[in-house]
Amino acid sequence: MSDSPIPASPTPLNPRRRGIVLGASDGLGAALARQLSAEGFSLALIARRADKLNALCQEINSQDGQAWAYAHNVSDYDAVPALLRKIVADLGGLDLVIYVASVNLPPGGLDKYNFENDKQMIEVNLIGAMAWLTPIAEMFQSAKAGQIVGISSVAGDRGRVGNPGYNTSKAGLTTYLEALRNRLTRHGVNVLTVKPGFMKTEMLKAAAGPTPFAIEPDVAANHIVKAMKKRKQVIYTAPIWRWIMLAIQHTPSFVFRKLSF
Amino acid sequence: MSFNLNTTFSQLENFGHSLRAPSYRIAIKRTEDIYDAFQLAKKLGLTVAARGTGISYNDASLNGGGIVLDMQGMNQIEEWDPASGVIRCESGVTLEQLWQRVEPDGWWPPVVSGTMKTTLGGCLGANIHGKNNFQVGPIGEHVVEFTAMLPTGALVTCTPKKNADLFYAMISGLGMLGVFTSITLKMKRIYSGLISVDAWHVTNLRDHLNDLREHAPTHDYIVGWLDAFAGRKNLGRGQIHGARQLNEGEDPNPEKTMRLPFQHLPDRFFGVLSKSKLHYFMNPMMNNFGMRFVNMGRYALSLRHHTFRQSHAAFHFLLDYAPEWERSFGRGGLIQYQSFLPKETAEDAWRELLQLSQRRGLPSYLGVTKRHRPDKFLLTHSVDGFSLALDFKVTDSNRRRLSAMLQEFDRIALDAGGRFYFAKNSETTAESARRFLGDAAIAKFKKLKKRCDPNGALESDLYRRIFGKTQ
Repeated sequence: MSDSPIPASPTPLNPRRRGIVLGASDGLGAALARQLSAEGFSLALIARRADKLNALCQEINSQDGQAWAYAHNVSDYDAVPALLRKIVADLGGLDLVIYVASVNLPPGGLDKYNFENDKQMIEVNLIGAMAWLTPIAEMFQSAKAGQIVGISSVAGDRGRVGNPGYNTSKAGLTTYLEALRNRLTRHGVNVLTVKPGFMKTEMLKAAAGPTPFAIEPDVAANHIVKAMKKRKQVIYTAPIWRWIMLAIQHTPSFVFRKLSF
Repeated sequence: MSFNLNTTFSQLENFGHSLRAPSYRIAIKRTEDIYDAFQLAKKLGLTVAARGTGISYNDASLNGGGIVLDMQGMNQIEEWDPASGVIRCESGVTLEQLWQRVEPDGWWPPVVSGTMKTTLGGCLGANIHGKNNFQVGPIGEHVVEFTAMLPTGALVTCTPKKNADLFYAMISGLGMLGVFTSITLKMKRIYSGLISVDAWHVTNLRDHLNDLREHAPTHDYIVGWLDAFAGRKNLGRGQIHGARQLNEGEDPNPEKTMRLPFQHLPDRFFGVLSKSKLHYFMNPMMNNFGMRFVNMGRYALSLRHHTFRQSHAAFHFLLDYAPEWERSFGRGGLIQYQSFLPKETAEDAWRELLQLSQRRGLPSYLGVTKRHRPDKFLLTHSVDGFSLALDFKVTDSNRRRLSAMLQEFDRIALDAGGRFYFAKNSETTAESARRFLGDAAIAKFKKLKKRCDPNGALESDLYRRIFGKTQ
């Protein structure tokens, strides 16, 4: 299951931080994994598809990084405690977790409804995050150290006509992360909520309408890593989305009801 | 043992605050707790390391991602016989508890570290030495008996005669064969709470080592301070402190001087500056420029030769004088590099080390020398010669250069027949360790490991660094 590099023991002159990236096989997750490896993180990379994950691990390990691959479906909640225990042991500790795993399954039109899709999005985007971040938050609170990064979305800022299930899953995640932040900041743990707009990934190809301000995953990953270092609370990426979403959040309902996005 | 392991997750550090290892810390109060922890670890597939007060300079008591047994709760002195000087303690008892118990009765621990905060379990695991190593050997030579729990749950009792192979391997064995539960030690008679100290300066490395060697036989303790900034003909200059225990009758009032209040270390410098605040004042000086002057000033003060009496605690526990002094090294913390060299090769090798550190602009801020003799413990660090301990400040910008330099240090020291101490050096590689321990000692240790810990339950970051993963 795990493609193990030979673990280099951390020493004061060769320190290693240890991180988990959930949803690491492609797009933003893979970009984050590459950048964090360059920053000196030992990484546990988690995704459903083992093939892509193994390729990414090999790439990182061939460049003096340390990455282990774990094939896992984030909606397999019961598997989390044991897998987390194993990962923390393999990494030699835990300092960081990034929850990137996400699915976007639009109902397929403004007159379509699809509970199966909605359920799946809640299971992956929200409950999967809670299944992983609950024990990790508990550990970080106990250790009085650590950093949690959740990749939510601008889509969670407002319920819109296009994809109610996705909006709900991301709104839930944003609120959940905010609650964790309010619990954990006093214990020295940083919780960063990332709200990306459009990104040039596979998910974008599925999008029906226009996709303004779309950025490359590498650019977003770079932005996120910088925000992590500054221990920020909430960021939009690209940053312009902060202002766009400010306008959208303040759009009155009687106007919003008439819009078609 | 049914509890939530997540809520034991702790950010454990080494003494110098230069390493952080998040791990599950389980508080141990009784021997049975150790057994329960081993069972839990087995169930969860985790490794276990024991930790006392966690003040090794390196990763000896760290086990990132695994279980760490916090032994500080096993801190009962079980039996003390002031007539024979034999004391039996749980392994979490500290040297502080120990000397405070035995001193008023006219005894002193035969071997102590520079801090009294160490636990006996840790002292045996590293087989610590003191400033009297050349006279009395490491602490292991004063252990009458110990009991340890193996990962199988079995309790073994060892003496130099009974289970002798385990006795000589578990002492110095880094806690990797079993967890000490009970330790019996023989104390040393003293006839005063005071110790007579001679202090004099030495102007270069040759004199420094000569004086350590020549004055050792006439002193019970000897230790040198070395100004690592001084170069050329002053290289190796410093100050030697030789100390002698008082004989019976030399102290007119031993009852008074052996009382605990007499041994109290003052809380303030010059009666003003609170010592726990010292690091705020030291921090701005902790750079090459500032420390050059601090070392120079210290050398100037050492030019006055004098003999004085001070309390045992004040002489021995220099590191406890200023609590948290290590904080003055700043965010990156500190590391110590200590090499043990045979008396024949020490001078040339250390000249090379010190010159290299000066050329690289990475001088040590504190150098300490001692005189040693060999011992027969399996993973021994000792030699018939000297040790030189060098403290280095770690910063984000010097890590890479310091690491490269210490690798060269290792090569120079090993070529000169040197050895390293597993409670100190944090950068010793498996290859370096193999060179000074020898394949035979490593094979013997691994064989004992297999016997005591067949499933490889005991692992620390130090163990993985030196011996690799067993699982």
